[in-house]
Amino acid sequence: MTADAVLDPGAAATRATDAILRDTLHGTARGVVVDSPPGAGKSTLVVRAALELASAGRPLMIIAQTNAQVDDLVIRLAEKDADLPVGRLHSSDSDPYDKALDELPNVRKSTKAADLAGLDVVISTAAKWAHVKGVEPWRHAIVDEAYQMRSDALLAVAGLFERALFVGDPGQLDPFAIVGSEQWAGLSYDPSASAVTTLLAHNPELPQHRLPVSWRLPASAAPLVSDAFYPFTPFRSGTGHGDRRLGFAVPSDGSGPDRVIDEAAESGWGLLELPARHTPRTDPEAVRAVARVVRRLLDRGGAATSERSEEPVPLTADRIAVGTAHRDQAAAVRSALAELGVADVVVDTANRLQGREYDVTVVLHPLSGRPDATAFHLETGRLCVLASRHRHACIVVCRAGVSELLDDHPSTEPVQLGVTVKFPDGWEANHSVLAVLAEHRVGWRP
Amino acid sequence: MSLMSTLARLEAVSTGRAQPTATVRHRHLSAHPLVFVPLTTAGEAGAPLGALVGTDRDAPRLLVVPQPRDRDLRFVFLAELADVVLPYVDAYADVVEPAERGETDPETGKRVKVEVELCADAPQLIVPSRTGIDFVRLLGRSMRFRRTAEQDPEAPHPAPPRVPLLGRWLTHFGERARVPGSSLLLALTDLLSRHWATGQSGVEDQHLGSLLAWIDPPQGQSGEAAARWAELARDAEGQLLCPPAGPATDPAFDNKLLAPAIERYDRARLALAAAEDGMEADDRLGALTAAEREIRALVESRTRPTWDAVWHGLDLLRALPEGAHAADRWTRDRWSFTGHRDRIVAGEPPQPRIDDAVIAANKLAAREREQARLDAQEALDDPLVMAGRRLAGEAFAGEVVEVVMAYSEGKRPSPRPLVTVRTQDRPHLGERAKVYRSLGGKPQTAEFVGYEGADGALVVLRIMDKMGRGKEPEEGSVPEKGDLLCFTLFEHDQRGGAKLPDPEETPWTHGGPPGEPDAVPLPDPVTAEDVL
Repeated sequence: MTADAVLDPGAAATRATDAILRDTLHGTARGVVVDSPPGAGKSTLVVRAALELASAGRPLMIIAQTNAQVDDLVIRLAEKDADLPVGRLHSSDSDPYDKALDELPNVRKSTKAADLAGLDVVISTAAKWAHVKGVEPWRHAIVDEAYQMRSDALLAVAGLFERALFVGDPGQLDPFAIVGSEQWAGLSYDPSASAVTTLLAHNPELPQHRLPVSWRLPASAAPLVSDAFYPFTPFRSGTGHGDRRLGFAVPSDGSGPDRVIDEAAESGWGLLELPARHTPRTDPEAVRAVARVVRRLLDRGGAATSERSEEPVPLTADRIAVGTAHRDQAAAVRSALAELGVADVVVDTANRLQGREYDVTVVLHPLSGRPDATAFHLETGRLCVLASRHRHACIVVCRAGVSELLDDHPSTEPVQLGVTVKFPDGWEANHSVLAVLAEHRVGWRP
Repeated sequence: MSLMSTLARLEAVSTGRAQPTATVRHRHLSAHPLVFVPLTTAGEAGAPLGALVGTDRDAPRLLVVPQPRDRDLRFVFLAELADVVLPYVDAYADVVEPAERGETDPETGKRVKVEVELCADAPQLIVPSRTGIDFVRLLGRSMRFRRTAEQDPEAPHPAPPRVPLLGRWLTHFGERARVPGSSLLLALTDLLSRHWATGQSGVEDQHLGSLLAWIDPPQGQSGEAAARWAELARDAEGQLLCPPAGPATDPAFDNKLLAPAIERYDRARLALAAAEDGMEADDRLGALTAAEREIRALVESRTRPTWDAVWHGLDLLRALPEGAHAADRWTRDRWSFTGHRDRIVAGEPPQPRIDDAVIAANKLAAREREQARLDAQEALDDPLVMAGRRLAGEAFAGEVVEVVMAYSEGKRPSPRPLVTVRTQDRPHLGERAKVYRSLGGKPQTAEFVGYEGADGALVVLRIMDKMGRGKEPEEGSVPEKGDLLCFTLFEHDQRGGAKLPDPEETPWTHGGPPGEPDAVPLPDPVTAEDVL
């Protein structure tokens, strides 16, 4: 192996993918686990593994977590191989799947698994698969977003397959239960834990792989996200410094939002810091500041240069997203954007932004303006999702005083016996992200 | 904490009195609850010190363990507790009514209706605080695996006959209490803080005395001052005037009053054992009885105020009318009670020490369903709760200003009328979001079409179902102009989840089928520390 091969991210990623496919197609273990950092080509891997299994003549079921993920996979499969017979198992609700699937001639859709028997690949959500009974088990399954799947959901579907490839991102939001589940904390099959946690607790010998390169995150973001959220399984960016650039036709007007946009365009990160204050969740000033930044991003005629195309691509509304912690915050940002005449910019919570990708993201910091730091707001995965959706730059809007808040609120969650402590904890991850953001700080008094 | 409850708490602070957060009572209260006020011994988990228990507020039964570390005395206590609790439970087990239950026929695999018994009513246990529920669970766990002399003649410390059965019932009550909206075992502090918001924190609300002081302060006092008194006021000897609701006791009471009394009791017992003749023994027995009486008086002095407070709290709650869906949830409690009665009658072993994978997943799924159902039912039963949901953007109310008849496309057009509602609320409606309203107790679904009007105060909805099979909607099934309606963004009822595999078919990802469980797990071996 030459030095080039070690340094070349493409070669490193290919090696990892080959090893995964080897274990999946020719290995003896019943399961293979793949950890994938944000934007490391997880979906590409799933599609490739599905095509190889299908071409080897092995019937395959794919389990994803949401209907949007399922439809996305169906479309990607059809893009790669339009002749592949794919079954889309769906619910009997109205509008159960994306209308785009109707355009695909080799995709058969049904509410009954029996109608789809014999197709090379059958795809559905875990919730729908759980209702499938009395069928011959599939020889192979791919479980997508396995870290966001709850252990009890895996319990309901694991009888449907003999062996499976589990793919997911361990750094994102853990699944949750709306009622207390402390009663089962520490049990290997705690139903509220993630599917992978239970799987590995019972089958520690399963081969585990990870994808080493993030193709989404720019060179400016990968080290921060890797250090803060994946300290023991580092990854790197597939692109180098200077491969991606963000430029604006209209110069800065000197206001806070414009200065933070320039800082983020230059360095990949920007922190727009408002004066310290305790506020309600839908902090009107912070919400307006977020909307203002988005408005200026659009007004200033941004253009993104990347390895994807020769020419700079205009930064349009569909390439920008706003991330918040709570749904009411998202609703407040949406109406603030509407007041500024901005439409078509996605505004959503961390939970719903998982798996999505944009050129620029504007994030309302989960701890901004809060008097306390609860476990919800400290959750590592929440910050990780918000800080890893972008290809070019991420702008965080936050009240001053969050690091003091963190110091005042060390984690006080009870320690449960038998539960693997997750590192890094949200407290530490928040501090390391803040430390980096502080170098890109723009103070602003609206 | 929702915005509504934050506002209620702020209002409580500014007015000095708790504010109602409900207009109806959201839990069923039995006409004859069994109130249980236990005390535990400091520093020894699960060692009861005493309790007041009973169904008659004027005549509680006082049970005391004069030396809590003495296992024999503890068994006497548990046997006495069984004598109170089990007859109370049994009284409900015998009165049944016929009911139907859906079951899967083992031969055909089809769902069939089966005639079964359902207990007409169920017992209800009330403890003062949430830690009281934990204590009930702890007692249940410590008793249900015990063996009586009859079951195991070799047992070194056989339990009195009915104690293991009491353990199984307390375990059932404790486990049922984890189901949202259930009422077999309730903590009064939880009940009260569900219906009133005080000006103190949630943790402080766990103090029954100060919680009641906020809700119903003595004449002429502010709730805040009364709560402070309840929490902190001490007499000249340094004893709390309002003893904590337990099961933990105040350290000042433990150190200054209880410990010396127990020591006197121990000395009297030793002296009695060392008595050399009958006359001396008689005297010393008198001293022992006096020492025991002293401990009983101490325990009563710390439990009686809590006992009275519990009944006072129940009175306050009974003044509220019961919510419409509370009876529906109580029926589920009755099914749960009947089910456990049947398991005991059928001679099944006690509840396992830990749940297996399938049971745990089933319990979690059932509780999540119950939580969602409870949240919806409380809002539907209570305009004040619904106001909180409206404030949170999860529901909206308003007047119907226009109804336009429309039909679905397709071979058989069905009615899909468009209804415009004027509302001051600001619901978080996404594209084609589904909303629901209650139509004769059943949810009717509508789809969000869009906003109209300059200020977006007009919401256009398309009614989707519950209009009958014909081309024209059934009478009364479509809103009319002028109707005042409330739509929710959350569903009113919960669908059952998918059936999980049987425990024997636990898949390899979850460790495979659980091994043969011991018919009855043996209790931990007795060590030297156990019999001090």
